[in-house]
Amino acid sequence: MSGMRGLSVFISDIRNCQNKEAERLRVDKELGNIRTCFKNDKGLTPYKKKKYVWKMLYIHMLGYDVDFGHMEAVSLISAPKYPEKQVGYIVTSCLLNENHDFLRLAINAVRNDIIGRNETYQCLALTLVGNIGGREFAESKNPDVVNADGWADRMAQLLDERDLGVLTSSMSLLVSLVSNDYEGYSSCLPKCVKILERLARNQDVPQEYTYYGIPSPWLQVKTMRALQYFPTIEDPSTRRSLFEVLQRILMGTDVVKNVNKNNASHAVLFEALSLVMHLNAEKEMMSQCVALLGKFISVPELELCVLFVVDHLLVGHNDAFPATLQENMTRMLMITDAQDIIKKHQPQIITSLKDPDISIRRRALDLLYGMCDVSNAKGIVEELLQYLSTAEFSMREELSLKAAILAEKFAPDLSWYVDVILQLIDNAGDFVSDDIWFRVVQFVTNNEDLQPYAASKVREYMDKIAIHETMVKVSAYILGEYGHLLARRPGCSARELFGILHEKLPTVSSPTIPLLLSTYAKLLMHAQPPDIELQKQIWNVFKKYESSIDVEIQQRAVEYFELSKKGAALMDVLAEMPKFPERQSSLIKKVEDVEDTADQSAIKLRPQQLPSNALVLADPQPVNGTPPPLKVPSISGIKVGISSNWLDHESASQTQSQPNGDLSKAQSQIPSADLLGEMVDSLAIEAPAVDMGSHQRVYREEDGIPDEVDGTAIVPIGDQANKVEPIGNITERFNALCLKDSGVLYEDPYIQIGVKAEWRGHHGRLVLFLGNKVTSPLTSVQALILPPAHLKLELSLVPDTIPPRAQVQCPLEVMNIRPSRDVAVLDFSYKFGTSMVSAKLRLPAVLNKFLQPLQLTSEEFFPQWRSLSGPPLKLQEVVRGVRPLSLPEMENLFNSFRVTICPGLDPNPNNLVASTTFYSENTRPMLCLARIETDPADRTQLRLTVASGDSTLTFELKEFIKEQLIAIPMGSRALVPAVPVPAAPLAQPPSPAVDANDPGAMLAGLL
Amino acid sequence: MRLLIRFILLQNRQGKTRLAKYYVPLEESEKHKVEYEVHRLVVNRDSKFTNFVEFRTHKVIYRRYAGLFFSLCVDITDNELAYLECIHLFVEILDHFFSNVCELDLVFNFHKVYLILDEFILAGELQETSKRAIIERMSELEKLE
Repeated sequence: MSGMRGLSVFISDIRNCQNKEAERLRVDKELGNIRTCFKNDKGLTPYKKKKYVWKMLYIHMLGYDVDFGHMEAVSLISAPKYPEKQVGYIVTSCLLNENHDFLRLAINAVRNDIIGRNETYQCLALTLVGNIGGREFAESKNPDVVNADGWADRMAQLLDERDLGVLTSSMSLLVSLVSNDYEGYSSCLPKCVKILERLARNQDVPQEYTYYGIPSPWLQVKTMRALQYFPTIEDPSTRRSLFEVLQRILMGTDVVKNVNKNNASHAVLFEALSLVMHLNAEKEMMSQCVALLGKFISVPELELCVLFVVDHLLVGHNDAFPATLQENMTRMLMITDAQDIIKKHQPQIITSLKDPDISIRRRALDLLYGMCDVSNAKGIVEELLQYLSTAEFSMREELSLKAAILAEKFAPDLSWYVDVILQLIDNAGDFVSDDIWFRVVQFVTNNEDLQPYAASKVREYMDKIAIHETMVKVSAYILGEYGHLLARRPGCSARELFGILHEKLPTVSSPTIPLLLSTYAKLLMHAQPPDIELQKQIWNVFKKYESSIDVEIQQRAVEYFELSKKGAALMDVLAEMPKFPERQSSLIKKVEDVEDTADQSAIKLRPQQLPSNALVLADPQPVNGTPPPLKVPSISGIKVGISSNWLDHESASQTQSQPNGDLSKAQSQIPSADLLGEMVDSLAIEAPAVDMGSHQRVYREEDGIPDEVDGTAIVPIGDQANKVEPIGNITERFNALCLKDSGVLYEDPYIQIGVKAEWRGHHGRLVLFLGNKVTSPLTSVQALILPPAHLKLELSLVPDTIPPRAQVQCPLEVMNIRPSRDVAVLDFSYKFGTSMVSAKLRLPAVLNKFLQPLQLTSEEFFPQWRSLSGPPLKLQEVVRGVRPLSLPEMENLFNSFRVTICPGLDPNPNNLVASTTFYSENTRPMLCLARIETDPADRTQLRLTVASGDSTLTFELKEFIKEQLIAIPMGSRALVPAVPVPAAPLAQPPSPAVDANDPGAMLAGLL
Repeated sequence: MRLLIRFILLQNRQGKTRLAKYYVPLEESEKHKVEYEVHRLVVNRDSKFTNFVEFRTHKVIYRRYAGLFFSLCVDITDNELAYLECIHLFVEILDHFFSNVCELDLVFNFHKVYLILDEFILAGELQETSKRAIIERMSELEKLE
């Protein structure tokens, strides 16, 4: 800290502050001081600047916002001397990231340091680029940098290096490259093995690269990591040498006293284990690994690591590669082997579920989930249920989901499954998602044997004093459908069932009430012989809710009341629900999705230990579209005939558009459809039985859209919890893209839309990259361009479906006809599951994209300036409310939107003069000139003069520059947040029918 | 492209940040949030617990030295023991550089700590694991100041 007394004093002051308030005061004072000094930056010595910039970093570290001075930090990078430069680099890389505009200011200086001859400066510059440089940075250095094709040879050469420090970095590079795509790097394999041999045998390893006697554990780990990105090692001799080394590592590791040494050697060991597993080694080696795992699991410090490796192993390490059957079988075998060992430790793992350390508990949960099979399911699920009541809230939802899945998958009989789910709802209703109870309803509906059992079970729960609302829902549903099967049992007459259900009504929330009303209607229908007293009671309820403020409740009350007067006809209307089509469990889907988004890179979906054909893993095209929720008899034939029209309709369209069977959402809505949906449809089909005419009015007002009524009637209000929210701020993304040519335009959990653009004269070519982020296809993809009048836009065909994990490129040709600041809008929509997602996105084909930077000399500038003498070709305006920028900042701003500053042209140092060329079909290349006169005493105002040979252009450009100078908080909210619309029904056609001359411009105006 | 270390934090028991280095672009407000959350996460853990804890979709590997917590955020699948020792190596380097390092050294010389870190970790990847190489490099750089 030599010589920087001011900084030390400041730090001491802060340390001496008695409380947060005092600290804040001290910080504010300092910030004020720094701000003042930066403002009159003439007198600032490099030393002082350096000191202030350090202080800024310190304040930033304390957690205070530092919203100025970035410029000064960046400017130090171009300082001539090392001490200032160093500060500039370090502070810049802490305060800024690749998304900051200020970073762009540094690009030149950094580039100069890299191509310069001073090695120290080169290091500083490269470190900055490595730590915070983004793509744009890399491209500005060297376009080749970004394109990693043809690196394989150079990479292999780098691995010949002897110096272990350099090798460490080279290995990081290799891991990055092969994690992206291993193809072409096979020449690196033998070299990796050589490096590993050298380290494992401790040959020619300098002392400084050993860590507690172990030759660089990190390089060993990294090298083995790299090897795991290759699907296999084909060359027999390389494979043999590798296994020799691995054998050595496996054998040579033991538990010693020194913690650091232990950790380091086990880090290497566990990586070796993963690699062995990954390579499907010979059987003996596998058993050796398994034995080792068995040994280490009883070492307390290693327990977690063992759990982790095992978990990995159950997951199967590298599912990114399509494995042949042979390989799969070997792996399966190996998993079976490992599983046997692990099963021996099941009690221990269950104990880990109660470990005070959440890290261990989580891992144990994962592991129990992974190791569960038919043989141990009962025990494990019961453990999970028990644990559920003591687990912390953060784990409960996951826990209940996992228990539900296991119960479904490995149920020895379905009644047990029903028991588990009901117990789950009873124990932890708040954490049981709707999917779980929908699923149990499906099972019950599809299995006649189960129906009386389920009905009697829920009836038992109804006797409890306080039950969870989810229990009310599931009970109401099941009793409505199958309660009559219990009619002869004590306490189960229709009237008694009604009584006990109706008791719960005051305790439930309004979305549950319609469900109860449906149940009442069904109970009434099933009451045999007809029960007048019950009818009276139920009608009273319907009457009461006829005027409910909740339309859903009101509608049902009115409809059921009317319907129930129909007597026998009611039977047809309220027939039993048809069976559900077989589908993948939405729960399993849910777990997969969670895992999927949790880690896009390495982790894979979980194979469960299903018999033989199992679930399909990371492979996006399941071989067998519907992984089997077990033991459900086929649904063919029976009873489906009558009233399943809408169901079939919906599922048919689903399956059609999504061969992959991503039905989770669809499915999740169907059971909640409960009775009304069915009713409406049976009416529609079974018309003869009912007097259609009188009822149609009641519940089919939207007659024009048959079938689609379901969509609204089905979903209980407030049930659409899963809104699709965009990630990041759309406005900010757009603004950033206005100043650069590639980046992300839009992102949500399912899709990312990137843009890359090239501009030449009045032509432009934008490529939209539509990337599907998930493992199910996105369907009904629509992209509509709403062009403003001054642009001609041609979008190539956008495919209807984006396959899982795929990226689709859609080129868009742009032609600029005349100057205008209006913006083109992309109306984009797609379907994920049954949610419709749509967004209106402004396209960064804005005025400044058609500018070409041009720097003029004074001889060129002034004659032009004078010849454009006044309005309308030359316009002048005093602009107020400008966001305060120093002159260099302003220069950079102008340059960033391609209006080039011509330095030194204006004799007054407070003024800037700039020029550019504008391209459009109508104007031909047109020279534009601008002058900005600033007021050093008040940076919030300036005088702006713009001139060109075209009056519209002059005006538009002036307005454009104004927009850039004035800090308008953009109306960011206006962008339509993607609202999911239930399924196909009622989805508005996306095209706005507004027939104005220029819909794009109108929309843009609104945004 | 994968990236190993997302960020490194050095915090004391009260939650004061002594060093924060991010290798992924985060907004300011997000950084403050991360620092707050990580501190709460590690400070409340029993010393008998493991040194690994899940954090959002990643995991934090941390180690406590006296009143200071060193935390690294890495991928769920990363080798935790290797990173745990990576923290220790960093501490050894600091200890060597400041000869018997204590929190005050790191407070008053925070800029040096950033420099050392840059020699040790680059772009979220371990760059140099030789203590000697790093210490020698530091003294070369000090001569230039």
